[in-house]
Amino acid sequence: MSPGLQIQGLSVRLGRRDVLSGLGLALPAGRLTVVAGPNGAGKTTLLRTVAGLIRPTVGAVLLGNASVHGMTRAARATRIAYLPQAGGVSWPLPVRDVVALGRLPHGEAPDALRSEGERAVAEAITAVGLVGFEDRPVTELSGGERARALLARALAVEAPVLLADEPVAALDPRHQLLVLAVLRERARAGSTVVAVMHDLALASRFADRMVLLDRGRLVADGTPAAVLTAARLEAVFGIEAAVAREGEGLAITPRRALPMGEGPLPTSSC
Amino acid sequence: MSALLALILLLGLASLTVGPAPIPFWTAAKALVSDEGSASVIVRDIRLPRALLAVLIGGTLGVTGAALQGLLRNPLADSTVFGAPQAAALGAVLVLYFGLAGALSFALPLAAILGALVSIALVVVVAGREGSTLVLVLAGLAVGSLAGAATSLAISLSPNPFAVTEIVFWLLGSLEDRSMVHVWLSAPFLVAASAALLATGPALRALSLGEETAESLGVNVARTRLIVVGASAVGAGAAVAVAGAIGFVGLVAPHLVRPLVGHDPARTLLPAGLAGAVLLTAADCAVRLIPSGVEVRIGVLTAVLGVPVFLWIIARRRSALAEAPA
Repeated sequence: MSPGLQIQGLSVRLGRRDVLSGLGLALPAGRLTVVAGPNGAGKTTLLRTVAGLIRPTVGAVLLGNASVHGMTRAARATRIAYLPQAGGVSWPLPVRDVVALGRLPHGEAPDALRSEGERAVAEAITAVGLVGFEDRPVTELSGGERARALLARALAVEAPVLLADEPVAALDPRHQLLVLAVLRERARAGSTVVAVMHDLALASRFADRMVLLDRGRLVADGTPAAVLTAARLEAVFGIEAAVAREGEGLAITPRRALPMGEGPLPTSSC
Repeated sequence: MSALLALILLLGLASLTVGPAPIPFWTAAKALVSDEGSASVIVRDIRLPRALLAVLIGGTLGVTGAALQGLLRNPLADSTVFGAPQAAALGAVLVLYFGLAGALSFALPLAAILGALVSIALVVVVAGREGSTLVLVLAGLAVGSLAGAATSLAISLSPNPFAVTEIVFWLLGSLEDRSMVHVWLSAPFLVAASAALLATGPALRALSLGEETAESLGVNVARTRLIVVGASAVGAGAAVAVAGAIGFVGLVAPHLVRPLVGHDPARTLLPAGLAGAVLLTAADCAVRLIPSGVEVRIGVLTAVLGVPVFLWIIARRRSALAEAPA
């Protein structure tokens, strides 16, 4: 099992805005962690900082004993795979070539994969259910198929850490379930998997752990049932909602939006 | 790829045979290596330099077009986007305007390359070292427009009608009457620029997934951007320096090879360069074969042939282009 991620006293300032303030978190390997929070809470910034794309103003992100921001680009690229929000492909490349771009950090080009790369690409394509689509231009796929091809690209890196920013946001319910199952599978295989999600009920069914952010601060961190309480949804999201246990997850029914004030941040932690 | 190389060789040799004094193919080939009297003088001193320049410049323009299209993730990108050719032209025009040198002197290419380098420096300073691609394009367009305006100003203010004629003709682009000195002067810049652009292949390949993903795959996007923009400017500047403004080769060449090699930016670079060399060599043969009083300017020919191709690409890819990133 790979070492997990340690986020220590992380603050990020972008321009003149403090996007993240003093975040401390341990993200163990072998778990699917879902990061949630209202728009502008700093979820994407957190993921990009952990991915090494943004330098923290204060604090550090450690993978095992190594600082993510102290690694060379090449070392980081083999250890952290990042799937950005609403990513696209600019050219009509065949699905197989797009997935094979995940092998670039290993020094393998899509037209010159080693046997290790061939296996990783084939496994990633199988994992997302795109067998038979290998030669189709990715620009001609449906939104759901394209999202899965891009996920396969991130899987093909075979990095110990996989970060996915809203991987199911644009997908129909069936594809949402398929993609989350793939992410959980990857976590079960020993990777540290972190996904940003807005659909709390869906997240509660797949996440081993939930991290709730609000205005750049950590509000709650624990199992979905412990984190997603009606009181917290009211405080963080400004909604009145009914929360009930249902099967492996939670049924969350938003009832109405509450008038929002700039109230103090809720700080309870579990 | 090998077919393109063979085509370049064939057209290159053909280009030694055409002109006001037609020289048979074998005589031309022999005149290159042995002394064949006047045929050797014509082939070695007049036609060889222009054949070499056509291959070098066409190749550089092709690689430049493919690299810029890869960097900007836009199939309609060309070096004119960053203003370097316009700035190079301004550098050369100023030399002609102040009567510092004639159209065939060496001060001209040096001034043009200097103009291109100043334009990149200006673009990079305005956009900032970490400036996004969109900001770079906007800065490039502005610098290009400024250089174009300054060129027009020089033409309209020129007190000397001969200088005006010289400027206008030079701006139309030509490979006529170039010597080996022009080849030696521009070749280092053209070759270095092409080599730098070819080396960015893997990074451009990763960039087809967007800048964020490319960065996460270990690509230094900011550095790649600087290399591509800088090398394109140097290449375009050196091309403009010795041949005047030759448009559309860089735009069209990548489109000609994509049906054969696919859309992977890394795989289009070299074939696009070869296709550019073929295009310009063929065009340079064609301008000598078109019957007219004075030789048709090669820049005019590439524009006349290139623009319809450009329109055809737009019409065919309308729907895809509507979604293409800026």
